[in-house]
Amino acid sequence: MTSLILFGASEGGLFDFDATLPLMAVQVVILTFILNTLFFKPVGKVVEEREGYVVSSLAEAKKKLAEVEQLEADLKSQLKEARQSAQSVISEAEADSDNLFREALALATAEANASREETRREIDSQKKSALNQIKLDAEKLGELIVDRLLASK
Amino acid sequence: MGLSPFNLLFAELEVGKHLYWQIGNIRIHGQVFMTSWILIGALLTLVVVGTKKMERDPKGVQNLLEFLWDYIRDLARTQIGEKVYRDWMPFIGTLFLFIFVSNWGGALIPWRFIKLPSGELGAPTADINTTVALALLVSLSYFYAGLSNKGLRYFEYYVHPTPIMLPFKIVEDFTKPLSLSFRLFGNILADELVVAVLVFLVPLVLPVPVMFLGLFTSAIQALIFATLAAYYIGEAVEEHH
Repeated sequence: MTSLILFGASEGGLFDFDATLPLMAVQVVILTFILNTLFFKPVGKVVEEREGYVVSSLAEAKKKLAEVEQLEADLKSQLKEARQSAQSVISEAEADSDNLFREALALATAEANASREETRREIDSQKKSALNQIKLDAEKLGELIVDRLLASK
Repeated sequence: MGLSPFNLLFAELEVGKHLYWQIGNIRIHGQVFMTSWILIGALLTLVVVGTKKMERDPKGVQNLLEFLWDYIRDLARTQIGEKVYRDWMPFIGTLFLFIFVSNWGGALIPWRFIKLPSGELGAPTADINTTVALALLVSLSYFYAGLSNKGLRYFEYYVHPTPIMLPFKIVEDFTKPLSLSFRLFGNILADELVVAVLVFLVPLVLPVPVMFLGLFTSAIQALIFATLAAYYIGEAVEEHH
């Protein structure tokens, strides 16, 4: 009895093939089409759109990063140039002021020298004229003394 | 024969009994269709709920559906190949999802509490008709895939490394659906029977680990069936050089 029930008696059994088989196949095929419309297509669209979005965002981010690096390098070189030019301006200005200082110093020194020379010359001439005067006065005095002495005699 | 305990046991389990529905002059197994409709309904409800409002930042059920979609795509892509996997992904995915919900639905839902006049409700995949139907669909699919992709050059596959392979490859066309259907049917039915026998003998605690093992087996069987179906299709569309 058991074996009959298990392996296909006329009524029932484990291996009882009937119209369930083709109908189940049709049902699964229909389910495939339904799931294709309701599940695989929409979800696939969303997932692939997201993958596209991620890929394009990544590419964009990479592009932006490259741009940023380019800009950074540009700015660095500009900064370097600016520093160099600032340095040269500073050294130029230093040289300029140094020159000006030297010129002014030379001028002042020359002027001072000149006025000193002039003063010395003036002093010399005054000294000379004073000496002449004194000499004259001394001569006059000498003559006067001689005159007096001569007169008293 | 007489009333041995073995006989009593199977009388209790009602193995091989069906609820027949008569439509015209054809007969179908009603309990298989009832459970499959309930499970397909649950699957479609999940899909409809999950795809109702889809966003770029997935939330809730959409996450689950996208995980499934990704899983099925990876399965189809690795087995069928980059070129044609898109055409076959819905079929492979449907096989996987249908077998998975059938197996798990059969194991998780306490069908036993619903009394039928004859037979009992259970996993649709525990009926040989369902598994043979699925396996024959796989056979048709890989023939169709091979013929539509390569035309008559598909038959080069039969003599591929050498013509000696011809008889083996022809036999393979019969063993493929046979092994597919019997593997699934056997595993699921055996799992149901083991659980039923254990529940009958020791109603407490002991069946629980076996039930967990059954859930594991069920998931593995769904994966094996879908993977093999994809592999057969991939084999049929593969270009030999």
